[in-house]
Amino acid sequence: MNLEFTPEEQAFREEVRAFIAEKYPKHLGDTGMREDLSREDFVAWHKILGEKGWSVPAWPTEYGGTGWTPTQRYIWSEENARVNALMPLPFGVSMVGPVIYTFGSEEQKAQHLPGIRSGEVWWCQGYSEPGAGSDLASLKTTAVRDGDHYVINGQKTWTTLAQYADWGFFLCRTDPDAAKPQEGISFILVDMKTPGVEVKPIKLLDGGYEVNETWLTDVRVPVENLVGQENKGWTYAKFLLAHERSGIAGVARSKRGVEKLREIAANESLDGEPLIDDFDFARKVSQLEIDLAALEITELRTLAGEQAGKGPGPESSILKIKGTEIQQRLTELTMEAVGTYSAPYYGSIQDPGSNEHPIGPDYAHHAAATYFNMRKTSIYGGSNEIQRNIITKMILGL
Amino acid sequence: MDFNFTEEQEMVRDGLSRLVREQYDWETRRAAIESDAGWRPEIWSQLAELGILGMPFSEEDGGFGGGAVDAMVVMEEFGKGLVVEPFVPTVVCAGGFLKHAGTAAQKEEHIGGIVDGSRVFAFAYAEPRGRYDYADLETTAKKDGDGYVLNGHKAVVIGAPWASHLVVTARTGGSRRDREGVSVFVVDKATAGVVTRDYVTVDGRRASEVYFENASIPGDALIGEEGGALPLIEQVTDEAIAAQCAEACGAMKVAHAMTLEYAKQRKQFGVPIASFQVLQHRMVDMYTAYETALSLTYLATLRLGASEKERKRAASAAKVGVGQSARLIGQEAIQIHGGNGVTDEYAIGHYFKRLTIFESEFGDVDHHLKRHVKLA
Ligand SMILES: Cc1cc2nc3c(=O)[nH]c(=O)nc-3n(C[C@H](O)[C@H](O)[C@H](O)COP(=O)(O)OP(=O)(O)OC[C@H]3O[C@@H](n4cnc5c(N)ncnc54)[C@H](O)[C@@H]3O)c2cc1C
Ligand SMILES: Cc1cc2nc3c(=O)[nH]c(=O)nc-3n(C[C@H](O)[C@H](O)[C@H](O)COP(=O)(O)OP(=O)(O)OC[C@H]3O[C@@H](n4cnc5c(N)ncnc54)[C@H](O)[C@@H]3O)c2cc1C
Repeated sequence: MNLEFTPEEQAFREEVRAFIAEKYPKHLGDTGMREDLSREDFVAWHKILGEKGWSVPAWPTEYGGTGWTPTQRYIWSEENARVNALMPLPFGVSMVGPVIYTFGSEEQKAQHLPGIRSGEVWWCQGYSEPGAGSDLASLKTTAVRDGDHYVINGQKTWTTLAQYADWGFFLCRTDPDAAKPQEGISFILVDMKTPGVEVKPIKLLDGGYEVNETWLTDVRVPVENLVGQENKGWTYAKFLLAHERSGIAGVARSKRGVEKLREIAANESLDGEPLIDDFDFARKVSQLEIDLAALEITELRTLAGEQAGKGPGPESSILKIKGTEIQQRLTELTMEAVGTYSAPYYGSIQDPGSNEHPIGPDYAHHAAATYFNMRKTSIYGGSNEIQRNIITKMILGL
Repeated sequence: MDFNFTEEQEMVRDGLSRLVREQYDWETRRAAIESDAGWRPEIWSQLAELGILGMPFSEEDGGFGGGAVDAMVVMEEFGKGLVVEPFVPTVVCAGGFLKHAGTAAQKEEHIGGIVDGSRVFAFAYAEPRGRYDYADLETTAKKDGDGYVLNGHKAVVIGAPWASHLVVTARTGGSRRDREGVSVFVVDKATAGVVTRDYVTVDGRRASEVYFENASIPGDALIGEEGGALPLIEQVTDEAIAAQCAEACGAMKVAHAMTLEYAKQRKQFGVPIASFQVLQHRMVDMYTAYETALSLTYLATLRLGASEKERKRAASAAKVGVGQSARLIGQEAIQIHGGNGVTDEYAIGHYFKRLTIFESEFGDVDHHLKRHVKLA
């Protein structure tokens, strides 16, 4: 056993670091959790990566993947986190892309994969509904065959960044009489500009707008937009969720967050000394680092397993649970470090066009909002309770 | 031992509970905090009419002779409705300074206005680099003839946009963080050289950064002893802590009740999510967290008149225990509400946000755990 990276891996890291230093758009700076990002901001880096051939590292090479080992992919995400780079959104790259190249038709591959690689086409995920959250299989949106079209009706919710989306992948019920709720569901691609698709933003606790309600009223979609077989959508949906979860641990980003926390705590003072020199505070930061180290090695072990040919299994639930708990504790501690200046609501001061300097030190501006926002991480992508249920059943066999 | 409330206290509770229910419903509150004013002066007038604003003052001073338990009753009801009106800065803090250390003339000048609702105060004590130490002051008050000249910057002064007057802590002697040399002043916000920058806080209140730029104030603005105000500040802030712990208890009680209600009606997998044992046990933990927080709030309230050490230990114990409960209840309430919990639309998120900011007011859990250790 050996934790060191090989010389080849080290060289790869140098190459990646140099590339990022040269190409990452400077104006995006340390975007962190900013709420005021535009579509252009989100895709800026994606487009550059697309040109380099690095936008979909994990895909098979025949579809434009890099052929990197899982360890190389890990190094890649670490180096991006080092500069807090705004990474390509997962909906195209990590979710629908793999579904399309695994289960889609040749036409679908030809039509959709290039736009995902280049970052030109923005995707959103239409799974959840007001009555179907954790119990996704109870979804009610229907797709009824009418000649060479499906006619879709229903309401989706929590559709992340659908306000910018060109395309969405939707789970719809195509056989209402199926024996089990998981059956009779289909995976359908929908052009978001189709008449009858209506998207309404939902304001979240931090004041930002990242999710939407999506209404589908008599939306006519060509039958060619069905992925795989009719009524087999649940299989594809589950395949996709496993992919979604493996990216959710966020180790590299949390490591960067801990560094940032140390910087903040070095700048804040307590009894005339830097806060970071206070034993009680420092101990909390250390505890976090220890938990993060444990998560990191656990993730590396999972990667090694993958490298040896084992796909991401239910172990990814451990990564989801621990990763999100750490992200949440990190934002809690950051807010504690900031102290009094966590209270101002920056949304009210940073109106577009306002040139007033916000209240308090720069690092305080989004501390509370980020803490509020990150409560979502234990809810979405299969809540942490659901992840525990998965471990209960799939690993412990209870 | 007696944990009962008097008949008058029950009456106050009923009156406030009705006011909150009828006039502080969710939509009305939301409209008010989003309005330009950000609060409702008409509610303030009603509180004056009900005698709430005059409650802690003695009858000689024009008040109703109430005590700490009365303030607790009031604050619990305010917490249930997430009332934003500045009772703590005006009545508990400014009122506390005047009550404990004001001269007859100062009481005469200010208390009547507090009681009838015409005078609103904010308490400017925190500073950008001071963290939770009341003695870590860069704001100075220099003697100038019969008066003083104030210079400095006060951070996140809650309620200042609504205030006519400020209570300000400043250094009249000694050096930074000395216990000696700290003084307290009452300052008319309209004084030349008092500059404010107003903003909204994440928990829906209003605050200001307050800058003193050679602001001249008269000699009789000083409350209490020049340079010897730290013990007084500690007394008043312990009273504020007890009051805000009661407010947090009110908010936690509602957050818990809302969560039970939600879990009973929200169905997933064909059953109410309240039927999942993992959620049941967490709602039990929320409940025990609330009950223990309430006990510590009683303790802090009932010890406000005890020896300095006992009072401080009880206030710190409450701030630690109530802070921990506030975090647990806030986070679990959001989690059990699922996606709806993180939306602006649902009330639960606003309880969570108020409980979050409560934690850092007048010192956070770590700060008070340390103070408790030092007082052992
Ligand atoms: C910010 C955000 C972004 C999102 N983005 C998307 C998106 O892009 N596309 C999309 O389709 N969806 C998205 N979602 C939806 C997300 O997947 C759901 O919110 C999630 O599945 C939880 O569903 P729910 O909100 O209905 O909560 P519920 O399912 O009602 O759960 C409420 C509570 O009950 C618990 N619970 C439920 N069932 C059980 C059980 N069997 N055992 C124990 N506890 C249980 C949950 O863990 C939770 O604590 C997003 C959600 C959020 C908050
Ligand atoms: C030191 C000691 C002294 C005792 N003294 C006495 C005595 O003087 N007189 C007497 O009559 N008995 C006594 N007991 C017995 C004691 O009351 C039982 O041990 C206790 O009721 C638990 O029962 P059990 O050991 O069979 O565990 P079980 O009931 O088998 O429980 C095993 C585990 O399952 C959990 N569990 C069980 N049911 C549920 C549920 N519905 N939901 C969630 N979790 C559940 C339990 O909490 C426990 O963690 C004593 C026990 C001990 C250890």
